[in-house]
Amino acid sequence: MSVLDLRLQELHDRLSGGELAVSDLVEASLSRIKETEPVVQAFITLDEEGARAQAAELDKQLKEGGERGLLFGLPAGIKDNIVTDGLKTTCASRFLSNYIPIYNATVMDKLRAAQSVTIGKLNMDEFAMGGSNENSAMGPTRNPWDPERVPGGSSGGSAAAVAARQVYFALGSDTGGSIRQPAAYCGVVGLKPTYGRVSRFGLVAFASSLDQIGPITKNVEDAVYVLQAIAGHDPMDSTSADVEVPDYTAALTGDVRGLRIGVPKEYLGEGIAPQVKDAVLAALKVFESLGATWEEVSLPHTEYAVAAYYLLASSEASSNLARFDGVRYGVRAENPDNLIDLYVKSRSQGFGAEVKRRIMLGTYALSSGYYDAYYLKAQKVRTLIKQDFDQVFEKFDVIIGPTAPTTAFKIGEQIHDPLTMYLNDICTIPVNLAGLPAISVPCGLADGLPVGMQIIGKAFDETTVLRAAYAYEQATEHHKLRPAAVGGA
Amino acid sequence: MSISIQDVEHVAKLARLELTEEEKAKYAEQLGAILNYAQKLNELDTENVPPTSHVLPVANVMRDDEPRPSWPIEKVMLNAPDEEDGQFRVPAVLE
Repeated sequence: MSVLDLRLQELHDRLSGGELAVSDLVEASLSRIKETEPVVQAFITLDEEGARAQAAELDKQLKEGGERGLLFGLPAGIKDNIVTDGLKTTCASRFLSNYIPIYNATVMDKLRAAQSVTIGKLNMDEFAMGGSNENSAMGPTRNPWDPERVPGGSSGGSAAAVAARQVYFALGSDTGGSIRQPAAYCGVVGLKPTYGRVSRFGLVAFASSLDQIGPITKNVEDAVYVLQAIAGHDPMDSTSADVEVPDYTAALTGDVRGLRIGVPKEYLGEGIAPQVKDAVLAALKVFESLGATWEEVSLPHTEYAVAAYYLLASSEASSNLARFDGVRYGVRAENPDNLIDLYVKSRSQGFGAEVKRRIMLGTYALSSGYYDAYYLKAQKVRTLIKQDFDQVFEKFDVIIGPTAPTTAFKIGEQIHDPLTMYLNDICTIPVNLAGLPAISVPCGLADGLPVGMQIIGKAFDETTVLRAAYAYEQATEHHKLRPAAVGGA
Repeated sequence: MSISIQDVEHVAKLARLELTEEEKAKYAEQLGAILNYAQKLNELDTENVPPTSHVLPVANVMRDDEPRPSWPIEKVMLNAPDEEDGQFRVPAVLE
């Protein structure tokens, strides 16, 4: 067992008792990375020097005594679309392959205040567009459970790094399922907070009305602490919500007696693999045994969510990515004929195939003559999808279903069929459209691959989501399973 | 819904992208398939449904118009592909 497997409280007790130093944690993380990275390939940038310097500084503070941050000494991996002052941030794109930010995302300042240690930057689908990490210009990350399979995406590096125990926790971002789906595929916990709960300042924008940063961790307890550290209003993000941050440790009770669970029939119907469905139904039995009740409900507009999402997200992306023009940062094409040519050539050379496809789709949906038929129509359908959830939440505390219709697929299996790839997000996309919090927790294995259960809550009610997830986790052993491919059964 | 090579070229121009012939053919096919799938939305009557652009009930977050320090030019220029005298250098805009 590695020191990185210790529970947070015990780890902090050992640090206080002098049995353990932050540098031990950082060295454990770095050596685990050396050992597993040839298989997993989760990192784009490893900051060994910076991590060691941070560890030395924290160890000095430890000796001197005084206040300790919530995440004191924990080695963290950060998705490479979250800007880190002085540390290369590429978004897994050729366009930003040499971009070194001059400021920190708000979440990075918050992690610094909580005193975690940044080990490096994690792989992802380029600009967070994709669900397999195959769209990374730096090459794909591999699933620690089976290196021939994808880790999911777009936060695939974050999920794989936590699954392989390379870091204590990771940050990801979720626009249509990009935290939850890779967490499900890699057998770890992934939380997408309510839209507005965590500042997006310094998160390179993909679809601004949907993007949200959240934790990927090996258990629910860690997710509670990381969320506590990063949540809160930020004047630098005008869409950040001015809503008080509760004490999320209140969720760690193990008590779900009387919890009312709605189970959408649309999330267990056609297209959901039988083994995934069985795992979720077995999980619902666990909830019953803990004193919760569940009932089938309907979210009737679910089948329209993927279409609405791809129009909206791609439209927002086509606008957001207009900033990548080769003038102020990023790649610039050689020998342009004129200014327009500089934009065109830089963008065409810098972006990968999926990013270009989404920019094209979004530009089309926003273009004159098509705006009403596509963009406005999708916005109206978004309203219907949000209303579906509002109605169910009048009677239920949480909604439970699978995180993804299947387990992790093979690298190369779906990359040439964008529409099939998009349909993997059928259970996660509606949650982003409605802006709700949701977590994916491991709920078993199917043919040796992890299955994720999704628990969705009311806006700003992360506490109930976490309470349900924690109670389930305490009653089961699934989260303790370790991927054999990286030497930990 | 079928997307022609001309449609693809028009959209690429708006998006400031230059595509190879191969890319044009591929995107014509793939965008056609995605937009066909999107036709599904027309099954729904949304005549009286308001659009949602944002889920939070926030609008026009204002602050006092007070000057605040900005980044020093040297720092802003650190990532510039080409610069001169603290300014981004680009090809001539006017002939």
